[in-house]
Amino acid sequence: MNPVPARPLVAMRDVAVAFGPFQALRGVSLDVEAGQVLCFVGASGSGKTTLLRTVNQLVPVDRGAIYLDGELQGRRRVGDRLHALGEGEIARQRMNTGMVFQRFNLFAHMTALQNVTEGPVQVQRRRPAEARAEALDLLARVGLADKAGNYPAQLSGGQQQRVAIARALAMKPKLMLFDEPTSALDPERVGEVLAVMKRLARSGMTMMVVTHELGFAREVADRVVYMDAGAIVESGSPAEVLGAPREARTRAFLSAVIA
Amino acid sequence: MTTGAPVPLAAGFGDLSELRTARRAHGGRWLAAALILAVLALLVRAFARGQIEWDYVGRFLTVPVILDGIVATVVMAVCAMALGIVLGVAVAIMRLTPNPVLRAVAAGYTWLFRGTPVILQLLLWFNLALVFPVIGIPGLWSGRAVDLMTPFFAALLGLGINQGAYTSEVVRAGLLSVDQGQYEAAQTIGMGRMTALRRIILPQAMRVIIPPLGNEFIGMVKTTSLASVIQYPEVLHNAENIYYANSRVIELLIVAGIWYLAVVSVLTPLQMLLERRFARGVAGGRR
Repeated sequence: MNPVPARPLVAMRDVAVAFGPFQALRGVSLDVEAGQVLCFVGASGSGKTTLLRTVNQLVPVDRGAIYLDGELQGRRRVGDRLHALGEGEIARQRMNTGMVFQRFNLFAHMTALQNVTEGPVQVQRRRPAEARAEALDLLARVGLADKAGNYPAQLSGGQQQRVAIARALAMKPKLMLFDEPTSALDPERVGEVLAVMKRLARSGMTMMVVTHELGFAREVADRVVYMDAGAIVESGSPAEVLGAPREARTRAFLSAVIA
Repeated sequence: MTTGAPVPLAAGFGDLSELRTARRAHGGRWLAAALILAVLALLVRAFARGQIEWDYVGRFLTVPVILDGIVATVVMAVCAMALGIVLGVAVAIMRLTPNPVLRAVAAGYTWLFRGTPVILQLLLWFNLALVFPVIGIPGLWSGRAVDLMTPFFAALLGLGINQGAYTSEVVRAGLLSVDQGQYEAAQTIGMGRMTALRRIILPQAMRVIIPPLGNEFIGMVKTTSLASVIQYPEVLHNAENIYYANSRVIELLIVAGIWYLAVVSVLTPLQMLLERRFARGVAGGRR
């Protein structure tokens, strides 16, 4: 057999999204190799969050295509036509990605442990005892073994966000999406969440991270993508994009953020 | 805040630490209570001297016909409310789907059954045989509408379907009160719409739904009395039948009233228990 060329885990081609008259994404193309960590930076309204949400189909694309592990997302090709997938198929595709939200979105009526076991038990139909053991292990890995029985309202923001990371990991996703995971946290809680994310990155997880934490991007990212007005302005290694940006817009953004 | 030695007060401020704070007098409360007691005493005296034979009230409070009536009232209230909740949840979910056909059907249902008096709906169901002498499923089974539309069945349909229209709005308000982020989080762990509603959204909506639903249920206990017009033997209907025979109108109405109050008094603490159950995870709720 001929060697198969390495296939990116995520391939986005000419992805465009409009919310009414507002063009949120204007034909974005991007590849993410397995094991890479990509950080997306840019001003609010630049399309970073929308891009992230197209990958797990929380936002449907108007134009273009997204492949995850070789599988076209949200649509199926039949002959020379594309058909929208049904709800069940979309739900199945979503299980390949885990998502962490800016505002945590933990299930408020469930304990930390129940939040983590909910997906494996209710969606993947795994045995409750097995899911519970794995969930306790995940909670221990994010440093919350002693908080398994707590409800979200009894946890700090940083603790809630770490439970949210455990909840996403419990589904054994191929890709993790982080949408400004530290923006809603008190400054002294940011470090504990970033530490968990760094460990996850080192373990080889593929990650797409929308963030304003340039220090985190510099240290952890394989690639930094700077976006503006629904398009990628430039992307490259942290040293290139954050250290020696080529584009004037990137320089203007960085000087405004760092100043 | 400084700690350590107390800071001396500036001149002109007296040291108050030795003085006690007197309790407020609340003279107005005492006056109001006295007035209300006086009015109550007058009322009691009026009723005691009026033409009511209280021993009749005591005697009829526990006769079998009245007891059967209150059982029929409670059974109907529970069954009609159950039907109303099932319909209400279904219709509320239909109204929030992206499917325009389901949305229109749900809105039409609410419009029709909220827009006509429930007594009219009861009479329509009871007299359905005038429209459709025979009802059933073609080829499978059919029966005469007169035999099928018993007072119980007509009252159940009339009250339950009407209740569903109101309950759907209560449930819809509850579903809308849950943060959109909860639904998105459910989607990201691969849940479909129905699983997310059942496992994530509805349990959190219950906290908002239960107080008005308790209100609706208490309303239902009393609305069952309308079913007396279609011969359903609930407590008011039976009380009327007795006073048609013995002319003790007020005494029997008081008997029925006591029973309604008794049932409603039992329901109120039940509602509080349910509210505590669904306050899990909310600040101030039971842990």
